[in-house]
Amino acid sequence: MVNLTIDGIKTSVPDGSTILQAAQKIGIHIPTLCAHPDRIVKSNCRICVCEVEGSRLLQTACSQPVFEGMVVKTRSPKVIEARQIILELILSNHPQDCLNCIRNVNCELQHLAKEYCIRENPFKLKTKGLPKDYSTPAIFRDPNKCVLCRRCVETCTVIQGVGALGLENRGYHTMIVPSMGKNLGDSPCVMCGQCIHACPVGAIGEVEYIDELMEAIADPNTIVVTQIAPAVRVAIGEEVGMKTGEMPMNKLITALRQIGFDYVLHTNFTADLTIMEEGHELLQRLTTGGILPMFTSCSPGWINFCETYYPDLLDNLSTCKSPQQMFGALLKTYWADKMNIDAKKIFSVSIMPCTAKKYEAFRPEMNASGYQDVDIVLTTRELGRLLRLCEIDFDKVEPSEFDPWMGDYTGAAVIFGASGGVMEAALRTVYEVVMQEELKDVNFTATRGFQGIKEAEVDLNGTVVKVAIANGLSNARKLMDQVRAGESPYHFIEIMACPGGCIGGGGQPITRSNIKREERIASIYIEDEQCAIRKSHENPEIKMVYEEFLHEPLGHKSHELLHTHYHAKNKRLI
Amino acid sequence: MGYKQILDAYKNIPGGMIEAFNAIQDIYSYLPEEAIIEAAKVFNVPVSKVYDVTTFYSMFSIKPRGKNVIRICQSAPCHVAGAAEVVAALERELGIRIGESTADGKFALETTECVGQCQDTPVITINGKPYMGVTPATVVDILAEYK
Ligand code: SF4
Ligand code: SF4
Ligand code: SF4
Ligand code: FES
Ligand code: FES
Repeated sequence: MVNLTIDGIKTSVPDGSTILQAAQKIGIHIPTLCAHPDRIVKSNCRICVCEVEGSRLLQTACSQPVFEGMVVKTRSPKVIEARQIILELILSNHPQDCLNCIRNVNCELQHLAKEYCIRENPFKLKTKGLPKDYSTPAIFRDPNKCVLCRRCVETCTVIQGVGALGLENRGYHTMIVPSMGKNLGDSPCVMCGQCIHACPVGAIGEVEYIDELMEAIADPNTIVVTQIAPAVRVAIGEEVGMKTGEMPMNKLITALRQIGFDYVLHTNFTADLTIMEEGHELLQRLTTGGILPMFTSCSPGWINFCETYYPDLLDNLSTCKSPQQMFGALLKTYWADKMNIDAKKIFSVSIMPCTAKKYEAFRPEMNASGYQDVDIVLTTRELGRLLRLCEIDFDKVEPSEFDPWMGDYTGAAVIFGASGGVMEAALRTVYEVVMQEELKDVNFTATRGFQGIKEAEVDLNGTVVKVAIANGLSNARKLMDQVRAGESPYHFIEIMACPGGCIGGGGQPITRSNIKREERIASIYIEDEQCAIRKSHENPEIKMVYEEFLHEPLGHKSHELLHTHYHAKNKRLI
Repeated sequence: MGYKQILDAYKNIPGGMIEAFNAIQDIYSYLPEEAIIEAAKVFNVPVSKVYDVTTFYSMFSIKPRGKNVIRICQSAPCHVAGAAEVVAALERELGIRIGESTADGKFALETTECVGQCQDTPVITINGKPYMGVTPATVVDILAEYK
């Protein structure tokens, strides 16, 4: 342990700690812009400077290790003035665009400018005047707002193993650019949106579709139907001043109707359906010598990744569409028929924790219903904006229920939102299908939690089925390299592109650290416990859709509407 | 030699990527996009990382440029010794400005920081070979060697 004094308070911290860590321990806040609790990057922005007795120059708290007897001042006038100058310099290269910015009131730079009372900037404003990049349907970049913290580069390269973003030039001319200085659409970006969480400012964001929604709601001839994904409910409260997990589903349903959706349905219905189809696909592969391990296919960022980096393993991917796309295909066929609504009039909106799903909805093959199956995709953050835009007051909102035929769900669908959930849900159903007996304890806890890679085994009538789960694409890479080398011991692998699974999706409320993701995971399992039915095959509406329409898992209709195939992306700049 | 052969030759050497790029530039005088993509494969890093390297070092060019790269030292000692007149003479002789290449693809004109030959300024380099104590008159003769 090392003893030191910060702002007159004595403390001791483990050897190798930074000033920042030592200060955090005793509740002293030091501002940061490039350092991030879950990342390695540091010492790029200098906003964290402090005075250290005996050294002439100010030291960056995020990188400076403590030493015995160190005396630090974090809020002396000298420090505050230095930080103000650093901010003024950053702001002198930054568009003064807060009122039009996607991160207005949720921006680390704006927050610092407020904290440090920045008024009249002595430095002349000189912005880069670069074009915004709207080359993908999911993620945009505004390089003018970039403060060069490099968090996105580390996220994309190290956490996601993609490397779509990098540096260009050096010194004053340094910029963050997609591969080869081209547009994001030309890069291998998989549209996971994790860089959005990393970015302290509005330099990266999701492409918004709120105007398209409002236009559809305004049109009296259009029937606007929404599906809402399981991970949205646990996080949406964060957008409207509630705690994580606190938003009651029943109130959210009413709020969606108040916004103007004609029908409110739940993606959880097709999460249960995915389990029926994917569970049977797994059994089919296991019993007929099919290609193994089978990979889950509900994370479109992961699909993009597999199509880009592992095109040789596309046959391992389950042919099941994601729950969003299964839903889209059934909405404009099965549901439209049951409701006696002309499918042509339906505007199908999905609300997702995910940015990659915006891209997925636009894939040309996603039109099994004869129309574009899902018309637009909004993120949880966009839903937050809608709730605020419509000034929904949750204290006054009365609870209500989902509309019929595609709204029922089980605990198995709820846990799709957390890494390991699809696996656990599949095991609950596969076990009962194979063993023809009731599963006593539905909780497969080995599949749960935030770790990057998890594994488990189940004994199905003497056959030991080995499964693995990865979240975050650099973890997926480890499992994929094993498969490619022919050394994978697994039968079934669940991959979620985003750390923690969909609860940490690129479209979720901005997370400042992984602690938030863990809270959301906890909230998902509480909801599962509270569900009366926790196995997909026991969902009454699922039984109905098979009886009346699909007839059997992997049947003819299912193949037409619920399954798909994949294409190598052949990206040049990987 | 193709890019791949050159890159492969430097694959297992520390700092091999930089060396390989120097070798590629010796032949092609710049780093074509295909060479950058190939380097990403050979060195097993993303294209974005290779691109970072190629734009970090001023000696690399990712735009096509004339085969013989003339660099004029812009650091203070050379500047004081009359680098500006040498620049003017070169621009006149080649009919291009600093940062451009001649239409026949023979010459590119660039600037550089001190190349460590300040004992006899001003200094220019052609394809890395230094010429010391140049004057507007002598540069014309030097150019002739490359025409
Ligand atoms: S990035 Fe932040 S500081 Fe910059 S314009 Fe947007 S809100 Fe304002
Ligand atoms: S969306 Fe994902 S893949 Fe694309 S640049 Fe951001 S982190 Fe990288
Ligand atoms: S785009 Fe955002 S995260 Fe990336 S370097 Fe710029 S400010 Fe940082
Ligand atoms: S937070 Fe320490 S230098 Fe950026
Ligand atoms: S100043 Fe020109 S070579 Fe050193």
